[in-house]
Amino acid sequence: MFSYCADPETLEGLAWLSCYLTTGKHLAFYQAFGTVLLLLAVTAPAALAFGFAGAVAARSRIAPLSWLGKGYIAVVRGVPDIAFFLFFVIALDQGIEWLRHKALCPDWDQPIRQGNDFVVCSAAKMPLGNAAQWVHDLYGFWLAVVTFAIVFGAFAANVLYGAMRAVPRAQLETAEAYGMAPRQVFRRILVPQMWVYALPGLSNTWMVLLKATPLLFLLGIQDIVYWARDLGGSKTPQFTDYPHGDWRVYYFGALLVFYLLCTKLSGIALDRLEGRIGHVDARIARAERRAGARQADAMGPQ
Amino acid sequence: MSCWDTVADYAFRSIGYGERLLPRSDFTLCQQVTLIGSGMIWNLYFGLVALLSGFCLATALAVGKASRNPLWRKPSEAVIFVFRGSPLFIQVFFAYFLFLSLKGAYPGLGALTSAWAGAALVLFLNTAAYSAEIFYGALRAVPPGESEAADAYGLTGWTKFRRVTWPVLLRLAWPSYTNEAIFLFHATTLVFFSGFPALQQRGDALYYASYFADKTFNPFVPYPILAGYFILLTLAIIAVMGRVNARLNRHLPQAQRRGRPKLLTQILR
Repeated sequence: MFSYCADPETLEGLAWLSCYLTTGKHLAFYQAFGTVLLLLAVTAPAALAFGFAGAVAARSRIAPLSWLGKGYIAVVRGVPDIAFFLFFVIALDQGIEWLRHKALCPDWDQPIRQGNDFVVCSAAKMPLGNAAQWVHDLYGFWLAVVTFAIVFGAFAANVLYGAMRAVPRAQLETAEAYGMAPRQVFRRILVPQMWVYALPGLSNTWMVLLKATPLLFLLGIQDIVYWARDLGGSKTPQFTDYPHGDWRVYYFGALLVFYLLCTKLSGIALDRLEGRIGHVDARIARAERRAGARQADAMGPQ
Repeated sequence: MSCWDTVADYAFRSIGYGERLLPRSDFTLCQQVTLIGSGMIWNLYFGLVALLSGFCLATALAVGKASRNPLWRKPSEAVIFVFRGSPLFIQVFFAYFLFLSLKGAYPGLGALTSAWAGAALVLFLNTAAYSAEIFYGALRAVPPGESEAADAYGLTGWTKFRRVTWPVLLRLAWPSYTNEAIFLFHATTLVFFSGFPALQQRGDALYYASYFADKTFNPFVPYPILAGYFILLTLAIIAVMGRVNARLNRHLPQAQRRGRPKLLTQILR
């Protein structure tokens, strides 16, 4: 990157390090941190959407829908998340190819599962065999986002389901007394009020999501864990201009520090948010206490 | 080959007994159920070792974090922050490479590079940090009345802690601690997917499940089997912890005993 990096063998000390840390592979490594942050930025709202859908389904009066929602929450919480990551990547990929196969190649007569192979017609391949590399990368990233959203959606669903049940019943009854339809009660009273109760659980889910991002590595994406293993492994002079021993412990040490910084910053931000919303919460609690005291007065001395 | 033969061959494959070679083609359902079940031995081992040893360290860390003396408080806070603030996945990777370089300097520490010792150590420290945060929260929630009553009876120091503070702390913390136990067992599946190698293909349940998924290119059989095992394990943990909870609260009237595990503190990794 720098002009003096032309002949690394003559370099010493800091100059060597500055050249070493700006090789093309290292720049890809730094870019991978951006991938992690991008994944978080896309996944968090997606997981929230899945969570909202799951919570609404679990509350539904229609029994099968409610079973579906509750089952979704229970299964994802009952099984190790890493198993889901390994499962969904293949399952989603095969599911999409199967659907495309059914739609695009209706006159294909051979079975799709042939022993240990999964065969679809070439037009149904996803992405297409002749697609550019970036299409493959994008598709892999998209699969990762959907997988993360499904798994963390279940955690968010659990939190939101609890929060919806925590909204005081009297609030909803008042809305009903004003003649609101169930749909209006849900949209105007329940949803705006539940966030106060959901926030601690949601910030918890955010921390969990943040700490699950290294699992991208298992989904076959060239993320920070991939590069740390690749760059840290010992290099001989035959293959690189910058030979060094096994430095993986330092690379993973750096990743550890990166995650500690992320959780520390998130912790500070979430504490502030909870502090601000906490005021509202305290006001509600005070109002409820006053209402309770009035009720006790009305009932007279016991 | 009948299913019983398969069970005899592979039931203890994960710890090195029975048939050496894994099945390579014509995978039967029986083989998958047996081998994935065999892998569960590792998950149980890691989980039990970490949970039982972590419980002791967690109590010490929680008391340390609540201490007024900074010499106790600062180190406890640091351990809890490092292990709760970073992903377990990265911790296991980091620990494995650290143990590798330590092995070069001190050959006596070579055992730490194998999963049974090294990964168990990381999981032990990790669960200790998470449990310590739960216990610390419970410690601060111990009603002052209990403490004052202990003072009135003339209990001090260790006796007061053992007879009054600690039992109340456990009672308060138990529902969250049940959750921590469940997620610790889930976390044991990370071991063979991070640095630690599965020597001679002796891996845990997820290792065998992904082996079958890779070979058959069909995730719809091995992963549901794995899920089934873990749901059974989760139910077993809830049952055992529920018995302990009932014993902790045996002096209370029946109606107040119910404490269902809640997802309150941050317990996932």
